[in-house]
Amino acid sequence: MTLPTNWPLLSLLIWLPIFGGAACLFFGDQRAALARNFALLVSILTFVLSIGLFTGIDQSSASMQFVETHPWIPAFKIFYNLGADGISVALIGLTTFVTVLVLLGAWNSIDRRVHQYFASFLILEGLMVGVFCATDAMLFYVFFEAMLIPMFIIIGVWGGPRRVYASVKFFLFTFLGSVFMLIGLIYLYLKGGSFQLADLAALPLEKTEQMWLFFGFLAAFAVKVPMFPVHTWLPDAHVEAPTAGSVVLAAIMLKIGGYGFLRFNLPIVPDASHDWAWLVIAMSLIAVIYIGFVALAQADMKKLIAYSSIAHMGFVTLGTFIAFELARDFGNADAARLGLQGAMVQMISHGFVSGAMFSCVGVLYDRMHSRMIADYGGVVNTMPWFAALFVFFAMANAGLPGTSGFVGEFMVVLAAFQKSPLLAFGAATTLVLGAAYTLWMVKRVVFGKVANAHVAELSDINAREAWVLALFALGVLALGVYPKPLTDLMDAPIVQLVNQLGTSKLF
Amino acid sequence: MLPAATLPAVIAQAVVTQADLHTMVPELFVCGAAFALLMVDLFLAPARRGLTHFLALLILVAAAVLTARDFSTGERLAFSGFFVRDIAADVLKMAMYVVTGLIFVYAKPFLQDRNLFKGEFYALVLFALLGMMLMVSAGGLVTLYLGLELLALSCYGLVGMDRDNPVASEAAMKYFILGSMASGLLLYGMSLIYGATGSLQLADIYAAAGSLPQGGNEGMLLTLGVVFLLVGVAFKFGAAPFHMWLPDVYQGAPTAITAFLGSAPKLAYFGMAYRLLEAGVGPLDVEWRMMVAFLAAASLVIGNLIALAQTNLKRLLAYSTISHVGFLFMGLANATPLGYGAAMFYAVSYSIMGAAAFAAILVLSRKGFDAENIADFRGLWKTHPWYALLVLMVMASLAGIPPFLGFWSKLVVIQAALDAGMGWLAILSVVCAVLGAFYYLRVIRAMFFEEADGDGAVIHPDSHVRAAFAINALALLGLGIFAQPLMAWCQQAFPA
Repeated sequence: MTLPTNWPLLSLLIWLPIFGGAACLFFGDQRAALARNFALLVSILTFVLSIGLFTGIDQSSASMQFVETHPWIPAFKIFYNLGADGISVALIGLTTFVTVLVLLGAWNSIDRRVHQYFASFLILEGLMVGVFCATDAMLFYVFFEAMLIPMFIIIGVWGGPRRVYASVKFFLFTFLGSVFMLIGLIYLYLKGGSFQLADLAALPLEKTEQMWLFFGFLAAFAVKVPMFPVHTWLPDAHVEAPTAGSVVLAAIMLKIGGYGFLRFNLPIVPDASHDWAWLVIAMSLIAVIYIGFVALAQADMKKLIAYSSIAHMGFVTLGTFIAFELARDFGNADAARLGLQGAMVQMISHGFVSGAMFSCVGVLYDRMHSRMIADYGGVVNTMPWFAALFVFFAMANAGLPGTSGFVGEFMVVLAAFQKSPLLAFGAATTLVLGAAYTLWMVKRVVFGKVANAHVAELSDINAREAWVLALFALGVLALGVYPKPLTDLMDAPIVQLVNQLGTSKLF
Repeated sequence: MLPAATLPAVIAQAVVTQADLHTMVPELFVCGAAFALLMVDLFLAPARRGLTHFLALLILVAAAVLTARDFSTGERLAFSGFFVRDIAADVLKMAMYVVTGLIFVYAKPFLQDRNLFKGEFYALVLFALLGMMLMVSAGGLVTLYLGLELLALSCYGLVGMDRDNPVASEAAMKYFILGSMASGLLLYGMSLIYGATGSLQLADIYAAAGSLPQGGNEGMLLTLGVVFLLVGVAFKFGAAPFHMWLPDVYQGAPTAITAFLGSAPKLAYFGMAYRLLEAGVGPLDVEWRMMVAFLAAASLVIGNLIALAQTNLKRLLAYSTISHVGFLFMGLANATPLGYGAAMFYAVSYSIMGAAAFAAILVLSRKGFDAENIADFRGLWKTHPWYALLVLMVMASLAGIPPFLGFWSKLVVIQAALDAGMGWLAILSVVCAVLGAFYYLRVIRAMFFEEADGDGAVIHPDSHVRAAFAINALALLGLGIFAQPLMAWCQQAFPA
């Protein structure tokens, strides 16, 4: 399937869900079934359209494709500029795919204000796609911030008992981080007279300037990823959010932080990123090791997976920033490329795995209305199919070879080894810790004797839930067994990125 | 240097020509129409007062047409330079008509429910409008002071309109005393400047200020005058540390009046600040820039911090106004065309947002009940999801979240601050914006996440109010997504 090149495909992917979501609001509370079906239809349509990106992209080119350029606010030289390279396409694909599963998974778990719930997710989807393909920094920022409102509402309205606290914390943390980025962007505009990411990447900057800008961007994206020590909003948000909210948060929203590092920190302030890479690497290692131990101690399944997300995202930031050391200090461009590739694969993989894990918890929660590990035990006896899938995802989360979780982590560890075996050793502890906390949780929840009467009454997953989990499993397995299509897709822009970060912008 | 032209000589020059009158047709019209309306209203039975309302709106439309008919493309002077008409003045006037019109629609049912629906309201607001129009078009100190006093006196009257309400009367008294003091300070500053430069005309003052030797007696006098001017401006705006009157007046005044005070006059005060500080004593901007920056910083911190502790929404919005004034002053502190354009964009956006914010209270109020507290918004999402969504837009815009209008206005003033080399102010302002987001979120929280105690919030049955509020709130989204025209106007108003 090839689409004519003059199609505004990216705009369609942004605005179809947003307008679809707005239309969904008009269905009203009485026609919940209609709203559900309509929302699912819109999300499937968006997903189908996004396939056009994969078929239409020229993988050998590192430049932006599917480009759309329109003046938006000429008074400020702000453009409605969209474009996607391999990295964007992969993440947009993840977004549209996961959104379909999220809507499918949320089918019956919400009983009040269904139309608004589904509308929020559609609007959120459009905004997230916008983040991944905006090539104008201000447009990026607009999508980046606007995203907060639907997520705030999702957590606050449909969340758990402490939802208000969690939603406000989520909002303020992210907002505080991103305003510093805003200052950085305006500074760059005053300096270079443009908001285009490509122009900003070409703008020469002094060392101190770069340092300030680096920390501005770091503030925005470190909160989003989230990195230690600004991760504290995430466990709260995850625990209180409804299942679908957790899935979107873990599977897609966290990726925006990693994506931001690739689009802002690396190309725009490469020298400062190089100077301060040690800091990010240290923070990543703390995330990997310390947060791994924290995860071990959790009694709440969702909280455990939330902490495991932080640890896994630590790999993304590690792989991203280790590339500097490798490319500049060691002159090892291949290893740098490996590190970045690993980070990207880890992002996509974590999207599937964490989404699936949260969906699994959602399946249990819908039945038992408890997330506490202690309330479960012996689920395999009453829900064999579910148990099989849950164990599979747990293995992927622990980084078992053959699943997607292994590929990214392995690549990053391999790259880290080129720099220092000690670093690789530290990073590799996650494989042990990840296995420990995940498998221990699975042991306590799934295996053993039936723990109580509630577990004994459980019914296995129905067809809808089976589809959702099976599709997640398919993604995990495909990526784990044969990641080459994905790495090929992202190779050209990553090679270009490695070149960019190898050259200094100082003058 | 002694004044070349003394006051009698200026008056002797002043021969009014037809061109002079032509330039100020909108002002003359509003003046005449306001008097006529006052007369017409005398002969109307209370039951037919709707006609006054209609006529008042018609006057605004006509004034808008008259202004648009020969919309400025450059600067035009009249009355020997005491009256200026330029793009900035015309854009500000147009914004005033729109916001005043919205206020008329919002106020009508509110006043009717409280037996305050009288002709004075319309006449006073129209006189206030006339004062504001004069302020933004002032080419001399006298014109400016005249406009300011007309606005101020009308506002004192409006605040005290509910005579039987002791809180409102107290607010009016407080407003009157402190406002008069501010006017006095401003007038004193003006007299010092007149003493130093020998002219009441801003253009002459500008020329004289540029040529006065530093350190001389006249120079000292002028600098002192500038300080007083600035204090006066800050007082009127409600910038910290001259903000004490503002929360009490906003809270005490009838909400419909607060909506007026909190919106349109900001446009006029911006015009006044620009005329005085740039068109008048612009050459001294090195002296006043840092003072304005300090006022901005103080307003941002004090406004936002105190707003955090409020549970009364009117009072909360009052403190939030102070913080918005801080943002506006960031633009002024830049003291270049870029900064004035930014400040003007902020003033226009804020007047629209402010009207919407107070309208949110008016929409939820009804006979015998003012939705003054945040708690009154609880459960609005259940009873009226669409209105909850509109209020959400208003709050998000005030908090500065894209793509709403409030975001772009913050963007331009932050740019102005960075351009002026005031990075510290820019960083302070965004931290304050996050604090601000917290209390705006409290309103959203109340609407969406919290359960109402009783039946939940009920909105006013008046369809005009509902429609106007919807338009006002959606305009924040529309003007945010299509920000270009307004931004371009504000840039063109101050050619580099």
